[in-house]
Amino acid sequence: MSFKSFVRTGLVAAAAIAVFAGAQATDISGAGATFPYPIYSKWAAAYKTETGDSLNYQSIGSGGGIKQIEARTVTFGATDKPLDSADLEKNGLVQWPQVIGGIVPVINLDGIASGAIALDGPTLAKIFLGEIKTWDDAAIAKLNPGVKLPSTAIAVVHRADGSGTTFNFTDYLSKVSPDWKAKVGSATAVQWPAGIGAKGNEGVANNVIQTKGAIGYVEYAYALQNKLTYTKLINSAGKTVAPETPSFQAAAANADWAHAPGFQLILTNQPGDASWPITAATFILLPKQPKDEAAAKAALKFFAWAFDKGGPAAEALDYIPIPAAVVTLIKKTWEDEVKGADGKALVN
Amino acid sequence: MADIAVKGGQVAYEDAARRARALSGFKFRDTTFHWLTFGAAVAVLLILGGVIASLIYGSLPAIRAFGLGFLVSNVWNPATDHYGALAAVYGTVVTSFIAMIIAVPIGLGVAIFLTELCPHALRRPIGTAIELLAGIPSIIYGIWGLFVLGPFLQQYIQPALIKAFANIPVLSTLFAGPPYGIGLLTAGLILAIMVLPFVSAVARDVFDTVPPLLKEAGYGMGYTTWEVIRNIVIPYTRVGVLGGVMLGLGRALGETMAVTFVIGNADVIPTSLLAPGTTISAAIANEFTEAVGDLYTSSLIELGLILFVITFIVLAISRFMLMRLERQGG
Repeated sequence: MSFKSFVRTGLVAAAAIAVFAGAQATDISGAGATFPYPIYSKWAAAYKTETGDSLNYQSIGSGGGIKQIEARTVTFGATDKPLDSADLEKNGLVQWPQVIGGIVPVINLDGIASGAIALDGPTLAKIFLGEIKTWDDAAIAKLNPGVKLPSTAIAVVHRADGSGTTFNFTDYLSKVSPDWKAKVGSATAVQWPAGIGAKGNEGVANNVIQTKGAIGYVEYAYALQNKLTYTKLINSAGKTVAPETPSFQAAAANADWAHAPGFQLILTNQPGDASWPITAATFILLPKQPKDEAAAKAALKFFAWAFDKGGPAAEALDYIPIPAAVVTLIKKTWEDEVKGADGKALVN
Repeated sequence: MADIAVKGGQVAYEDAARRARALSGFKFRDTTFHWLTFGAAVAVLLILGGVIASLIYGSLPAIRAFGLGFLVSNVWNPATDHYGALAAVYGTVVTSFIAMIIAVPIGLGVAIFLTELCPHALRRPIGTAIELLAGIPSIIYGIWGLFVLGPFLQQYIQPALIKAFANIPVLSTLFAGPPYGIGLLTAGLILAIMVLPFVSAVARDVFDTVPPLLKEAGYGMGYTTWEVIRNIVIPYTRVGVLGGVMLGLGRALGETMAVTFVIGNADVIPTSLLAPGTTISAAIANEFTEAVGDLYTSSLIELGLILFVITFIVLAISRFMLMRLERQGG
């Protein structure tokens, strides 16, 4: 085979592949939050084998995701911190929750097993404010009668990097402690009054494992996979709950989604006897009138598929699927709000 | 000879033409080469200018919002959208300072040993080992600092430091507990190890420039080795050594990955060296991805601008000193 004919065959083949790919698959691109990255990439892999459509998700952080979708350089953005209605309106975006996770306080105390002690919101806030300094403090002892608490000093560990986990954790503390709200507030990174900052879930987990008397907060999946000692929490109904899938789902199901414009709802401190108080949803942002209609259409198909068939995969990675009632609301929102240039809904 | 004489005029004419062609070819190549290299040099300047310009442009919202107060405020509060650089600048300066205090004497010691005292057979292996330190990626230093150095300091060194200085007025504040294992001191230690090869490599090179004649004269006067180093080698190479130190300092100021692992990342100004703090580059690396909102992003960019200015000044000083050294003639 001469060089010329080799090149010609190559060109023909390339053209064929291009045509074939164009006819077969759409490339969906997304960027944003790091927290849902494992499940989004797992869904994408399963979806590609099933449909041939590929999704490229870059976990660059919520801030980056919001910037990219505002600039329309990606098909969809992903954020842990929901945008408010004004922001959504200004940028012509529609927003919905895609998957749920939980955040759990983790501790390192000799002789205390997972779930052996319970904390309530105000006490947790006082610990992270640095006001409660030892584990045998009266406030903790009162919540845990019969548990022998050591006099070890409390070493607070928090996230150093900006993260949706921190946003949801500090949001919860702001809701249950006026003092926290006034002094610290809630954001993806805050001015911590006490403790040391560690990078990422793995950094917090590591510091907690290494330091006697430490308390930190990590994603539920992370606590589970690293066998960290977690605490129970006392929720807004006054009930003591353990961090597990049913209690996260209860928080999501009990939340009042129907009256939250743009699904702008933070799942912390939700009502209900079984609700875990620090539950967190992660959100998707999509333009209401996408430039690339084919890609947006493919993206909506993918997310619908994830709602319908992605549950087991999510649970395998310790994420919690969105409750069915909420999914119905979300799909209705797509029909009402995401329109092509001809004014018709993109969802078919 | 005869042939040439016969068709002399023609040959001479062709020769001249060929020579002219060759010469103009050379000239063309030379000019092209000149402009190419000139273009490369200008491109570097343009890129540098572009970086400065975009940093300033990106910082404008923060500069407008906080003005000069940004430099003296130690509030870094994304929740209320209030930002100040002081805590990060403080951490940057303190950790680099600790690194220099440790790395300079050791680096100079290594250089002196290698140039004056070391047996020839050992010179190369030790020199290479020191230079290998510079080749370790900073992430490795960070992980090592977190998993090995931090816990080691926490268990053995820091409690001893706290106990030893407990009753001495100033030092008791500098070394106040609790021993976290990570903090300003640990970050400074890691940085010291990281800049050591820079300091010792430059020092070794400038020590080698001392004319043997001078040293021999010193020995002839009855100097001991120490006195030769103290009175001849060091004074002769002072500027060059300082340049090397500045080079190391420039590196320490900008180090990100290793520092963020072991500094504790707390936006505060701790009085104790054992307490967690933060540095400019650690703050930027940690918070940039999730920085939502223009003011937040802009404040992080302004932090970067401040670091750029600090590093630029340090490197300019070091360049200037090395230049003066060269002008002295070695």
